[in-house]
Amino acid sequence: MRRIAAWLSDRLGLGPVVRTVLHHPVPPSTTRGVTGWLYVLGFVTAAALVVQVVTGIALTSRYVPATAAAYESVQILSGEFWGGLIRGMHYWGATALVVFMLLHMLRSFLMGAYKFPREMLWITGVLLFGFVMMMAFTGQLLRWDQDGLWGSVVASQYAARVPLVGDALKRFILAGDAVSGATLGRFYSLHVVLLPLLLFALFGVHMYLVVHHGISERAQPGKPVDPRTYRKEYDRLLEREGLPYWPHAVWSEIVAAAAMVAGVIVLALLIGARALGDPPDPASVPSHPRPDWYLMWYYALLAVKPRGFEDLVMVYLPIIALVVLVMLPLVRSRGERAPSRRPLAVASAGLVVFAFVALTITGYREPWVPRLETPVLTARELGAGTSPEVLAGARVFHETGCQFCHAVAGTGGRWGPDLTDVRSRISEPVLVDRILNGIGDMPAYRGTLSAEQLESIVRFLDAVRVRQP
Amino acid sequence: MHSADHSPGRRRFFERISLAAGGVFSLLLALPFIGFYIAPARKRRGLWRDVGAVDEFGIGSITRITYPDPEPDPWSGLAVRNAAWLRRDGVAEFTAFSIYCSHTGCPVRWVAGANAFLCPCHGGVFDRDGNVSAGPPPRPLDRLTVRVRNGRVEVLPLGVPDQD
Repeated sequence: MRRIAAWLSDRLGLGPVVRTVLHHPVPPSTTRGVTGWLYVLGFVTAAALVVQVVTGIALTSRYVPATAAAYESVQILSGEFWGGLIRGMHYWGATALVVFMLLHMLRSFLMGAYKFPREMLWITGVLLFGFVMMMAFTGQLLRWDQDGLWGSVVASQYAARVPLVGDALKRFILAGDAVSGATLGRFYSLHVVLLPLLLFALFGVHMYLVVHHGISERAQPGKPVDPRTYRKEYDRLLEREGLPYWPHAVWSEIVAAAAMVAGVIVLALLIGARALGDPPDPASVPSHPRPDWYLMWYYALLAVKPRGFEDLVMVYLPIIALVVLVMLPLVRSRGERAPSRRPLAVASAGLVVFAFVALTITGYREPWVPRLETPVLTARELGAGTSPEVLAGARVFHETGCQFCHAVAGTGGRWGPDLTDVRSRISEPVLVDRILNGIGDMPAYRGTLSAEQLESIVRFLDAVRVRQP
Repeated sequence: MHSADHSPGRRRFFERISLAAGGVFSLLLALPFIGFYIAPARKRRGLWRDVGAVDEFGIGSITRITYPDPEPDPWSGLAVRNAAWLRRDGVAEFTAFSIYCSHTGCPVRWVAGANAFLCPCHGGVFDRDGNVSAGPPPRPLDRLTVRVRNGRVEVLPLGVPDQD
């Protein structure tokens, strides 16, 4: 057995590979203690990528990339045990991939791992981040339910804003001037062939660089990176106390990766993939087209940003973000790496994380969306003794759309103020003025409401205030 | 070995021919690839579509109209359909609005009671003339060209908005 292994190793030329990859020394600070676990994030991200490849290959054997059949094929395989499990794993694997990639990126940023000589590690990482996000976006479209279909329209609208070539880009994305039978195939070949090929080429470069430059040692305050001496000191550190990657560093990575896969399977079994929406129909009007969670922040940003600036947020913001991330290691390649000596870096990372979380939560609350499904208020909510006139007012309040944005007695939309006690805040003439002429995001209702309807709404709002204890 | 094999000129010649041939190889592969992807994108489906008899639409009403792609791929399914909103203004006068919100392209819904088109994505509101009355949309809803021929209403379809 040993002789066969030796023969294979010799004839396959494995010696140098094993020495450089498996036995290369790593700084002991990255393998010890609680903070040692921070160094498993990259490996777990790569492991999540493997989960996506394996489950993705399985899915292509059943998925039908034709607009007439895609939705049904996803529906049918989701209904089966193994199909549901694999699709659930692909969904939660994507979530794991995005989450661990972001954490890995955050760690590399906070620990200054992007500095000399690892600038290209960071830059290839940023490009990998871009590819993973494109995979995530094209993947959610392949479900080809209403969200998928309208997601492709929204993507084309982003592209359409690019100066000069916008219209051509839009047609290129949709394969025509609107969604048609040719649209889905484009996203399919992107998601399944082109993007993975490019992603893996880049991933190979990223891996080569990890081995070539070695993993960065834990940052020490007061020991800034100096390109003239860094390599010499790093080599001396490895010579003195470096530990072989196998198995000193790798064991915790594999343990974490196994835990990740177990988590993905548990989530796939307990929760499953995101449920399919309604069947795709470009001629119907869905009430809730939504992106998946990793783009929810962006979706929210477009609603809560100041009015205007569409081109800035939809075209230039992603470009600026990419340029800033790529430039970061080039303009900050030397100096302190320890977070305690880089308050501005820590603060900006904190700000980005805070904005991401806050916008994501806002996106799920989506207060700006008109609540078309909100029910008419009846005596049940307004009290048994409510007069027929006030109940009629409640019906007008609902049918003229007031209630889509305004709540009364806890029922209704959330974009405008709650109107339950509006009359204790503003006088009747002011109320009438706001209704007729609008204010802010409140449209003017002059010409829409008859005098009777207006009167009815005003009486209704007057009555609900009186009812308040 | 002949010493001419090592002459700098000969070396330069081979370098250049390698780079040129590499360029030719890439170009010959890229052209059909790009052409293949661009071909369907150039297709314009700008043909008049019949969306119903004039009398099917009440004067003053706004109705969702749907019309199929005239030359769909056989595997298109529901994707052959497209829609717009049609307003009947008089005996033979009609106005048609794009279903795509001018903000990010989500489909707007006409809500008669509120006298408004509401967008389900970012809360855009348009009045019955398609003008923005609230929310983030930067410009009015696009309008389709409508004509009446032999008692039938026909529209010239618009794709998703151009955004320029």
